[in-house]
Amino acid sequence: MDIRIENLTKRFGPQKAVDNISFDVKTGEIVGFLGPNGAGKSTTMKMITGYLGIGEGDIFIGDKSVRQHGDELKRHIGYLPENNPLYTDMPVIDYLIFSAELQGLDKAKIPGRVREMIEVTGLKAEKHKKIGELSKGYRQRVGLAQAMIHDPEILILDEPTTGLDPNQIVEIRKLIRELGQHKTVILSTHILPEVEATCDRILIINKGKIVANGTAESLRSQSSGSAVMRVVIEGGPAELVKSTIGTLPGIRQVVITDAQSGKLEVTAEPGTVLGRSLFYMCVEKGWVLTEAVPVETRLEDIFRNLTLN
Amino acid sequence: MHAVWVIAKRELNSFFDSLVAYILLVLFLGFSGFFTWLYGADVFLSGQASLQSFFSTAYWSLFFFTPALTMRLLAEENKTGTIELLLTKAVTDRQVVLGKFLAAVLLVAIALAFTLPYAFTISAIGPLDWGATLCGYLGLLLMSAAYIGIGLYASSITSNQVVAFLITLFIGLFFHVLFDALAANFTGLAGLVFSTLSMSEHFDSLSRGVVDTRDLIYFLSLIVAGLLLAEFTLTKRNLD
Repeated sequence: MDIRIENLTKRFGPQKAVDNISFDVKTGEIVGFLGPNGAGKSTTMKMITGYLGIGEGDIFIGDKSVRQHGDELKRHIGYLPENNPLYTDMPVIDYLIFSAELQGLDKAKIPGRVREMIEVTGLKAEKHKKIGELSKGYRQRVGLAQAMIHDPEILILDEPTTGLDPNQIVEIRKLIRELGQHKTVILSTHILPEVEATCDRILIINKGKIVANGTAESLRSQSSGSAVMRVVIEGGPAELVKSTIGTLPGIRQVVITDAQSGKLEVTAEPGTVLGRSLFYMCVEKGWVLTEAVPVETRLEDIFRNLTLN
Repeated sequence: MHAVWVIAKRELNSFFDSLVAYILLVLFLGFSGFFTWLYGADVFLSGQASLQSFFSTAYWSLFFFTPALTMRLLAEENKTGTIELLLTKAVTDRQVVLGKFLAAVLLVAIALAFTLPYAFTISAIGPLDWGATLCGYLGLLLMSAAYIGIGLYASSITSNQVVAFLITLFIGLFFHVLFDALAANFTGLAGLVFSTLSMSEHFDSLSRGVVDTRDLIYFLSLIVAGLLLAEFTLTKRNLD
């Protein structure tokens, strides 16, 4: 099922938590929701799941409006809320059965489905413990298990990997990737490498507005707007090398980082084939190009650029 | 309907798991048993084969019993945030309220069922009016249901269980005694209004064995009002 969000706005008093945002998520796509605290990520997710009423605009899930068919659409959505609130006085297995029953699962299918979820999330040894006795990571697994128990077409996960140890994070990411192949997944996170590892597309939201929407690569090229390369050229004085590079086409800036060993940082117009022209220049002058590393703009920098001003 | 039952079942289990059910059952049975059989205007003093003394005791013990049952139902969900997870499952706000209501009513029904031996004992010593007795039980159940409705509303507006308990008692006190006291002090229309609102007015006539539609309407409207208010409080989160 596709999700289509149109001009969504939500006010809390005078403050706009979500300000006129629109985007689509297709089936089989995993979208990562990034943004600083209070940017409106959770509010948007709560509106998709039908917990919060829609202010203005509308959300369509498989062509049905959440405004009109909210209650009916709930059974197609699996939701893991922020902070993962669970009934701490219930044993894990009872809670999963309860969730399955509430989602209207066929009575005959429930035991098999519960067993499968316990298997997938690695809760086998803990299944008879009360949720209150579990550590944070295990509770998070229970939260994921209850979200997926009815095999929903849409998964909304608010910070799914908080509290998990590195091994579990890898497992859960793998699980989300697998699920994402035939489901529609929206997940929010603060962990930037996580979005790169799991998501097909990134949405960065700041102060209720979408400030970036695209794959990690497209965001990089948009945000930096230039190609940067770190090079080491031996055989000539650094100053001369610098001025020679400056004469090449498309060069914006050359900075000497270490004159002794001939380290330079070259910034060029996007789309310039920098490596090739540097190589021919060195051949012509009789210099030696010992190192040429393209510098990728880190996602952290993009995030900071987009959300700090 | 299925969802209502699933929620009710969970709440009922949670009453028993948390010992709340056992403590309240013991207190209720001990308290009403003591005043029915051993102390004050008990069965032996009245010299009649009737459960009147039990009904007038339970009239008060259930009044304190029900807020203790309902205070947790929604207030705790509000506090821990589980309400978000519950309401995003395939259930409506109304089903959640009804499920919790049903669980509390069932627990009261269980408590009342444990006092049925009283009726059998008395019918063995004298001619018990079974019609009046059953009406008395119906009255107790309807009265408790009315307070459970009020309690659910009180529980929905706060995330603090003690506050929910006190609000329920506060609202309940008006119906339980204050309107009756006011009715005695007013004549004419005001007196009529207050006596119509008084719980004891309707409970007494029902426990004497008189089934009057006005009494039933009174109890049902209190129940419906409480549940609708509770549902409205849940739905309010959707409004801008």
